[in-house]
Amino acid sequence: MPVVVPTTLAGVFEALAADPHAHLLAGGTDFMVEVNFGHRRPPGVVALRAVSELRSWRIEGDQIVLGSGLTYADLASGAIASRLPALAAAARTVGSPQIRNAGTLGGNVATASPAGDTLPVLVALDASIDLASAAGLRTMGWAEFFMGAKKTARRPDEVVTAVRIPVIDSREDYLKVGTRNAMVISVAGVCVCVDFTNRRVQCGLGSVGPVALRAPEAEGWVAEHIDWNARAVPDPRTYETFGSMVGAAARPIDDHRSTAQYRRHAVGVLAQRALMRLV
Amino acid sequence: MAYENGARENVTYRLRVNGRDHDVAEGWLGESLLYVVRERLGLPGAKNACDQGECGSCSVLMDASLVCACLVLAASAVGAEITTIEGLSTGAGATRGPSATQGSGALTDVQTAFLEEGAVQCGFCTPGLIMAVHDLLDRLPSPTDLEVREAISGNLCRCTGYGRILAAVEAVAVGRRTVGEPDKPAPSTRPS
Repeated sequence: MPVVVPTTLAGVFEALAADPHAHLLAGGTDFMVEVNFGHRRPPGVVALRAVSELRSWRIEGDQIVLGSGLTYADLASGAIASRLPALAAAARTVGSPQIRNAGTLGGNVATASPAGDTLPVLVALDASIDLASAAGLRTMGWAEFFMGAKKTARRPDEVVTAVRIPVIDSREDYLKVGTRNAMVISVAGVCVCVDFTNRRVQCGLGSVGPVALRAPEAEGWVAEHIDWNARAVPDPRTYETFGSMVGAAARPIDDHRSTAQYRRHAVGVLAQRALMRLV
Repeated sequence: MAYENGARENVTYRLRVNGRDHDVAEGWLGESLLYVVRERLGLPGAKNACDQGECGSCSVLMDASLVCACLVLAASAVGAEITTIEGLSTGAGATRGPSATQGSGALTDVQTAFLEEGAVQCGFCTPGLIMAVHDLLDRLPSPTDLEVREAISGNLCRCTGYGRILAAVEAVAVGRRTVGEPDKPAPSTRPS
């Protein structure tokens, strides 16, 4: 039973019970690179590609529930994009059309790369993650789920089945720095969400820490400097201060893609620019 | 490919490629769809360059969706309808292996436009680009320049500088409009 391609979630649980060490395969855009280069030799694979119930979305109470099998292309256009513009923007920056047709939201979440493009958005929008197994379903907030670089609270018998995002009245955007527009892994990425429902600003930072981070001090400060009735920023100096406070919240490192210094600078500029676009 | 470290598990599965069923009898579990179509099914049109989804030269359609064949686990593609460059024009196919589709070898309008506009130099990226352009124009018959550039952003060409490729895409879009709807406006009046 080396490669199983179930068509239902029940079939996935059955396959995982039979082969607990099997690798769960979503879009394959990370996994196959490791296999092609001989860095990984999976003992078995359970592919989620044909589980159509994971590739849908719905409104459930005050939440948008996005199936983990939705591709970046699914997120980047249509009804999901108009409801979640920052997530759509992030999805559109991923790879190329070929990658966006294959890679999935659930794959991005479960892989938990520090540079995962949807993760700063999910963190800024206070998303929670649905984890399903034969033992049942549990829902976990992002802060509990993302434990470190490529480390999550998912048990091996669990499947990331959905991401839940609260429905709010907001303006939101995602900005990213890389060496070109296409086929680039983020050097720094920022999602800013101005939440008019709760009169707060939430900011998610990517590629500047082991996991996507929030910038609580910057968020709290800038919320006091927005005219919430006018939906505007009265003092234009607010943007720059917000940017430098966001930069201070980053925990970047030097690596082959960039330096910590540049990342901190870039993440601040992106946050400033995003806020200027939004209010 | 570094498959030597350890035992090889032999698996048997069936892939549907260019409208035909192919049994893959001696594959290794971890083989990519690109490896299988090229080395086991005798369809060498999709090219192998980066093996990591960067270059687009292995682009194929899987259930009508453009993907990099190098990033598809072949054994997981069971049940999917796969189209390679060999299967683009009806009954056509550059054939080499025993199981390859035999056909007339007639060129599609995109392939013809690439030749006429000089969009082919060394030719290595060409099959992937042809797949990407067919995918684009089937979805968006009158793409803007930005839409064309985004659609081919996952296909690297190191010879042409892309100008002639963009010209070829434009030529196909105009040609299809002229054939299908003669009263449509000329390309210069399209929004860009």
